[in-house]
Amino acid sequence: MTDAHTAGTPSHDGPFIAAIDQGTTSSRCIVFDRDGRIVSVDQKEHEQIFPKPGWVEHNATEIWNNVEEVVAGAISKAGITRDDIKAIGITNQRETTLLWDRTTGEPVHNAIVWQDTRTDGLCKELGRNVGQDRFRRETGLPLASYFAGPKARWLLDNVEGLRERAETGDILFGTMDSWVIWNLTGGVNGGKHVTDVTNASRTMLMNLHTMKWDERIADSIGVPMRMLPEIRSSAEVYGEVSGGKLGDLLGGIPVASALGDQQAALFGQTCFEEGEAKSTYGTGTFMLMNTGEKAINSYSGLLTTVGYQIGDQKPVYALEGSIAVTGSLVQWMRDQMGLINSAAEIETLASSVEDNGGAYFVPAFSGLFAPYWRSDARGVIAGLTRYVTKAHIARAVLEATAWQTREITDAMTKDSGVELAALKVDGGMTSNNLLMQTLSDFLDAPVVRPMVAETTCLGAAYAAGLAVGFWSSTDDLRANWRRAAEWTPRMDAATRDREYKSWLKAVERSMGWLEDDES
Amino acid sequence: MARNIQSLERAAAMLRLLAGGERRLGLSDIASSLGLAKGTAHGILRTLQQEGFVEQDAASGRYQLGAELLRLGNSYLDVHELRARALVWTDDLARSSGESVYLGVLHQQGVLIVHHVFRPDDSRQVLEVGAMQPLHSTALGKVLAAYDPVAHSEVMEGERQSFTAHTVTEAESFEGVLDLTRARGYAADTEETWEGIASVAAPIHDRRRMPVGAVGITGAVERVSPEGELRSELIAAVRDCARAVSRDLGASRF
Repeated sequence: MTDAHTAGTPSHDGPFIAAIDQGTTSSRCIVFDRDGRIVSVDQKEHEQIFPKPGWVEHNATEIWNNVEEVVAGAISKAGITRDDIKAIGITNQRETTLLWDRTTGEPVHNAIVWQDTRTDGLCKELGRNVGQDRFRRETGLPLASYFAGPKARWLLDNVEGLRERAETGDILFGTMDSWVIWNLTGGVNGGKHVTDVTNASRTMLMNLHTMKWDERIADSIGVPMRMLPEIRSSAEVYGEVSGGKLGDLLGGIPVASALGDQQAALFGQTCFEEGEAKSTYGTGTFMLMNTGEKAINSYSGLLTTVGYQIGDQKPVYALEGSIAVTGSLVQWMRDQMGLINSAAEIETLASSVEDNGGAYFVPAFSGLFAPYWRSDARGVIAGLTRYVTKAHIARAVLEATAWQTREITDAMTKDSGVELAALKVDGGMTSNNLLMQTLSDFLDAPVVRPMVAETTCLGAAYAAGLAVGFWSSTDDLRANWRRAAEWTPRMDAATRDREYKSWLKAVERSMGWLEDDES
Repeated sequence: MARNIQSLERAAAMLRLLAGGERRLGLSDIASSLGLAKGTAHGILRTLQQEGFVEQDAASGRYQLGAELLRLGNSYLDVHELRARALVWTDDLARSSGESVYLGVLHQQGVLIVHHVFRPDDSRQVLEVGAMQPLHSTALGKVLAAYDPVAHSEVMEGERQSFTAHTVTEAESFEGVLDLTRARGYAADTEETWEGIASVAAPIHDRRRMPVGAVGITGAVERVSPEGELRSELIAAVRDCARAVSRDLGASRF
C-alpha cells in the first residue's frame, strides 16, 4: 500500500515522526508527516505459538528482529534519512509478558500473550477469600488471566532456576513496550529499562492513584520489585536509538513515547476532553472513555485504566469496556454458517430487509463480558418465527454489535455521570455503513469516523511528537483531526426503547445455560 | 418463435444432469439419460470441458461440474466489498485533494453513491451514501457510461435532461464526450449538473479488467477548475486512487 500512498499525492515535506506498533499478529512501522498523514508503512507478521489449548506465546527475539526490519523498511520506503526523523514512538499489544536476562539480552522463555489463559487457576488462588476484586481498588482491574503480573509469577514458578536469578537482579520484566525500548536504546549496552503508565496499569502491579509499583501487591502476587522497569509518562524522551542494526541507521534519534494499543487509539482519535470516547471495531471491540484526572471506580464491570500522561502533566484516566465478539461474529456467519462469501457481504444481506424480523442474536460464545461478566452464558438467537430469513439474522448480527456498544456506554455513563456526546470509531468494521448507522440509532448520538484509519500508530506518533516539540500542544493535534464521515440518529425514541427492551430480554435468555460445575 | 440452438439445449441439459443427484457420471450414463448417441454426447462434453464448465476425473473417466461455473456464480463484486477495499485510498484522496470523494456504481438508470468521504474541513456535511446521480452529466456517470456497456446503453436509450447551460444532451456530442473519456482515462463535469460545482472521476476495474465502479472528487468550480482548466494534480490524484483500488481488487478477494 505504500507505493501508491507516496506516488501521485503531493510530496510530503519533512521532518517526520516514526511510530512502531508492536501488535498481536504483526509489527508495523508507519512514518507520519506534520499533518498526521501517512508517508510510508512497513509490516511483518510473527508466529503465533500454541503449545497447549488455551496457551499463546510469541518469540520475543523474532519480534525484535521484525521491529528492526520494519523500521528500516518504512524509512527506506519513505526515502528519508536520520536527519528527517524527529522522534520514534511506540505502541504495543497490551499485557503480553516477557522476562529476559539483563546481561545477555536473551529472553528466558517465550513471551506469554494476553489471550493466554494458563494463569486462570493462579488468579483464582490469588483472589483467596476476597475473590476477583482483591486488588481492584488499587489497580482498577479484576484478577483475570489477561494481566501481566500473574503471568510473570507463572514464569518464575515454572522456568527452572529463574526465581533465584530474579532475586539476584539478573532478570528484567517487561511488557512489549519495555522490550522494544530496551533494545532500541542499546540493549545490554545501557538499554533503558522503562515502561509507561498505560502499560504499567495493565500489570495489576501498579497503584493507579500514585502511579508507582505497589509493593504489597507485588509481594502478594510473588513478583520481585527489582525486576520491574521504571514507570515513566507516555510522552517523554526515554533515551536515544543506539547500537544494533538500527544504531547505524537511526542512532541518536529520541525514543519518545509508549502507549498500550487501545490507549494509543484514544490518543490518535484526539479524545483529550473528559467524556470523549473512542471505540475500535475489529474481531472484538474496545471502547475507552476519557474520565479526566479522576480514576473512577466501576460498579458496572468496566476496567479503570490510565488513558495517557504527557510528560510531567497529571495523568488522564479512562474507563474501558470490551466486547469479545463483534467482527468475529461476522466471520462466524461466513466460515461456520456459510451464509455470506465475504465479511462485507453481511451488509448486502442485512440491507435486503427493513428490520430484524423480530430476531435477536446474543453472541455469548464464551460467556457475557462487560457489564454482566457471566461465564455461564452461551449464545442464543431469540424471537424466531417462521417469518425470519437469513437476511433478518444478518441484521440481528450487526445489531448485536450496536446493542453491546450501547450497554457499555450505558455502564460508562452510570459510573462516570458523563453522557456520551459523540462516539469516535475506527477499525475494519467502520466500512460497514449499515452498522455505523445502526450504532448511531441505538446510541442516540452521532458516530464519527476520522480520516486516518491508523489511529493506533498515529497516537504513538502524536505522543512522541509532543515530547520533542514537533507538535506544540494537544490543540495542534486536534487541528489535524479530520472527519471522514458522520452518522446521525434517525430512529425514533419509541422504536429504540422497544428494541432495546427486546435485546435485554434476549440477553437474559443467554444466561445460566451452563450448569455450575461446567463454567 | 425463433428456433433454438439444439446443441446449446443439450449442453444445458447435461449441466443440469451433473448438478443434480449423483455428482459424477460416466459418458454412457449421460448419453442414455438424455437420449443421445455416445458420440454426440462426447462432442458436447469435450467442448464444455474446454470451457472449464465440466471436468473429467482422471482415474474413473467420469464427468463432474467444473470450477469455472462456480466462478461465474460468484463473479459479481459486492458493493460493500468495493467500499471496504476503497476506504484507505479514498480517505487519502480526500486528504490530498482537499475535496469530498465519492464512489459510485451503476444502478438502474443512474449512479448509486456507495461511499462518500467528507471534504477535510470543519464544515458540517451530510453523508450521501445511497443517493443517486445522473449518468450523462456527472463525472462518475460519464466514466461508467464510457467503460461499462450496460451503462452505455442505459444512457443512450434514456432521457438526457438538461440541468444547466453546460449539460451535453445531444446523442452524437455525448458519444464524443465518451470517446474523449476513454482516450484520457478520466471524465470531468464542469457545472454540467450543478451550477458552481465541478468534479473529476476515473474508472475502477476488477481483476478481469471489468469496470466495476468509478471514483472521483467533487468541489467548488473555482478550486477544482480555476480559470476553466482542471487542476492537473487533482486529475493525477483521482487516477492514482482509482488504480490503487483496482490493484487491491486484483488481489485475492479475501
